[in-house]
Amino acid sequence: MTDLGCVIGGVESINPFWLASAPPTDKKYNVERAFKAGWGGAVWKTLGVDPPVVNVTSRYGVHRSQDRTVIGINNIELISDRPLTVNLREIEEMRREWPDRVIIGSIMAPMEEHAWKELAVKVANAGVQGIELNLGCPHGMCERGMGSAVGQVAEFVEQTTRWVREAVNLPVFTKLTPNVTDIMIPASAAKAGGAHAVSLINTVNSVIGVDLDTMTPMPTVDGRGTHGGYCGEAVKPIALHMTAEIARQAETEGLEISAIGGITTWRDAAEFIALGASGVQVCTAAMLYGFRIVDDMIDGLEAFMREKDYASIDAFKGMASKRTVDWNELNMNHDLKARIDDDACIECGRCFIVCEDTSHQAIRIDARDDSGRKFTVIDDECVGCNLCMHVCPVKDCITMEAVDTDRPYVTWPEHPKNPMNKAAE
Amino acid sequence: MKHFNLNTDGAGMNREDISENFDDLHPPLDASKAAVEASRCLYCYDAPCMNACPTRIDIPKFIHQIRSGNLDGSARTILSANIMGGTCARACPTEVLCEEVCVVHETESGPVKIGELQRHAVDHLMENATSHPFPRAPVTGKHLAVIGAGPAGLSFAHRSAMLGHNVVVYEAKPKPGGLNEYGLAAYKMADDFAQREVDFLLGVGGINIEYGKALGAGLMLEALRTEFDAVFIGAGLGTTRALRASGEELKGVGDALDFIEDIRQAKDKTKIAVGDNVMVIGGGNTAIDAAVQAKCLGARNVTLVYRRGPEAMSATGWEQDLATANGVVMRYWMSPKEFLGGEKVERAVFSEMEMKNGKLAPRGTDVELPADMVLKAIGQTLDDTVLSGLKIEKGKIVVDDEYRTSLPGVFAGGDCINRGEDLTVQAVEDGKQAAIIVDADLRAAAKGAAT
Repeated sequence: MTDLGCVIGGVESINPFWLASAPPTDKKYNVERAFKAGWGGAVWKTLGVDPPVVNVTSRYGVHRSQDRTVIGINNIELISDRPLTVNLREIEEMRREWPDRVIIGSIMAPMEEHAWKELAVKVANAGVQGIELNLGCPHGMCERGMGSAVGQVAEFVEQTTRWVREAVNLPVFTKLTPNVTDIMIPASAAKAGGAHAVSLINTVNSVIGVDLDTMTPMPTVDGRGTHGGYCGEAVKPIALHMTAEIARQAETEGLEISAIGGITTWRDAAEFIALGASGVQVCTAAMLYGFRIVDDMIDGLEAFMREKDYASIDAFKGMASKRTVDWNELNMNHDLKARIDDDACIECGRCFIVCEDTSHQAIRIDARDDSGRKFTVIDDECVGCNLCMHVCPVKDCITMEAVDTDRPYVTWPEHPKNPMNKAAE
Repeated sequence: MKHFNLNTDGAGMNREDISENFDDLHPPLDASKAAVEASRCLYCYDAPCMNACPTRIDIPKFIHQIRSGNLDGSARTILSANIMGGTCARACPTEVLCEEVCVVHETESGPVKIGELQRHAVDHLMENATSHPFPRAPVTGKHLAVIGAGPAGLSFAHRSAMLGHNVVVYEAKPKPGGLNEYGLAAYKMADDFAQREVDFLLGVGGINIEYGKALGAGLMLEALRTEFDAVFIGAGLGTTRALRASGEELKGVGDALDFIEDIRQAKDKTKIAVGDNVMVIGGGNTAIDAAVQAKCLGARNVTLVYRRGPEAMSATGWEQDLATANGVVMRYWMSPKEFLGGEKVERAVFSEMEMKNGKLAPRGTDVELPADMVLKAIGQTLDDTVLSGLKIEKGKIVVDDEYRTSLPGVFAGGDCINRGEDLTVQAVEDGKQAAIIVDADLRAAAKGAAT
């Protein structure tokens, strides 16, 4: 029996799928629809100190792949623009009507102790199961000394986390901005401030595109544009890395992770959990397809866990983290060669041209008897880079075969060609 | 597969239904459909589709350009290799050329619709360009004569004009375009496309067309050789072969190409007379164009009669399917023996055929079918009486690898030569390549004279 029930930063949830603090969680109407669809929890759209902010039009821009699929959104929307009392009343109602679901209150305040503490207490009193500190928005709010302007300064991260810890007796999630040189700095600061968990990543600072007719950055507001927060599938690799680092480094040991960043399918969620996340938060996928996408996130994750015989989220949480290491710990003796399956090959020539132009000239074209083309890997030139395998449009047509598997595990610090290698002296 | 409005119950068809049948066979792709289709292309290296195209259009490049939103660049990529890329996009048997070898065939359902994408790009340029996309080289002062304003002749003329020469094209018919204008089904070339394409092509400058001028009728090859620096013959094939069946002279027995031409030239297609029992004789795309259009006009029964089996037909499988899907009855292994009737044909008698010792031969049994209209589509022959001095073999002008005929300074291409398939796209390639050879000859001669 697989069980998706989990505990994230001390908060129990029926499944690991929460909606991130963002437009989809702006009001009761939306969150109610989300809970009906099956989401385990929602981090309410960030609440600030009254008077509420005022937003601009337009707010979103998108990044498309060549086949027109949206792979990223950027937004210049600010925090909730509704009065705090309205939001708090709706949160209270939702907590009463949906007792088995999680609502986390996301808050943002100026860098003042009383502001953070008062807001945290008000939100806690509405019945939320945890408080999330929004230290991440890279647009608008940061110009007022909030959002990423706080999250980019380690001392502020620690300070705000501590203030909220002192103010309320609830799990505290510190939401981190990826717009830093090293995520370990704010993550360690959050831990030092007493955070139960970190939520990451917030959006990546970005300009999504330029309208070449009007020469205006997008999204455009009356002839002008500004940088905004980038999210969606395209940012997933950045989020995976940051999750992996926090999960595996000793200095953040014990700090739980509520992972965010381009999670679109159950597979994405499983990857974050495998790297050490306790649960995930989703925004962009819902904004592109609606709340119904949680159906297959739940169904697919359950199927995966059944197939792999993982009884619970905890059973595979962090399993890939153990295999995430520094480059210096990799085996220099590992050797792969590409293998092309002639029967599967459709002769598009993509492998050849990328290897020839941009890699190691390790693929040869020969004429076939039947007038077609045969592609062969030249082992002496192949460095096992995987590029041909990745560009091949046919699944499993190009595979990588390990050769010289009997050679010992040798890392760069131990390697004879390393000039710093003491053993080589 | 397209399904036309048909006269299935024999009650006849109204004008709207007939007119609708002659709209575009494939409606043009809109921008979003084109984007989706373009995204299916794998951008192959040294792509099989490109190598299957007689004009070697860089297909992965033009599709990539559609994807990047560079539609005019895409059209230039197509037209630089094939100035009649618009017609070829509509009329090429892509199913046996570029699309047949598309590698996507092997992994997905069906190839990338290369023809429809090509049309998308070329149509965009033709509808929006304010000037001709290809500049002319500095004028050379050389004058070239072209016989025939069909695909081969116009392709030769265009490339020669680009290379700086001045060209006079002599055309027997009152309009340019050759088979593009007179010999293709109307639904393949809707909205007067052949004429629009010629107008576009002439936009390069340096080309004059003289109409009503045919070899023999006031135009002598020898005189042209004297008057011009080089001559290109792209005259196509003239007369339809005779069936050598008795009763061929009866009213109602005619050429499929004339029928196709009448439909193409008619402003109001509903005015074209069609029989109740139409018999089309032949196995090529012309036979299909005639048979399907007879159906489109409201013919109740249309039978396509071919003397061999379906696998031997030169019409592509797609064309054959278009015919059968629209009620054309295919009869194989039957050869016309005689046509019976009073003044007008009423019945057709066919000999049943079989292969005997590797040769097609009558079985000795006959089939008689009612026929009030018989359309011959068994291929054309070259009228060689006006080509004295040129070496002719098996009814075609003999040319070498460089399109040179047996007469110095006289080149030839298209359906009238003994090389390549009789396809528009091949004719365009012949004209283009011959122009490049002629240009090189003229420049070499000028250089020789100068030193």
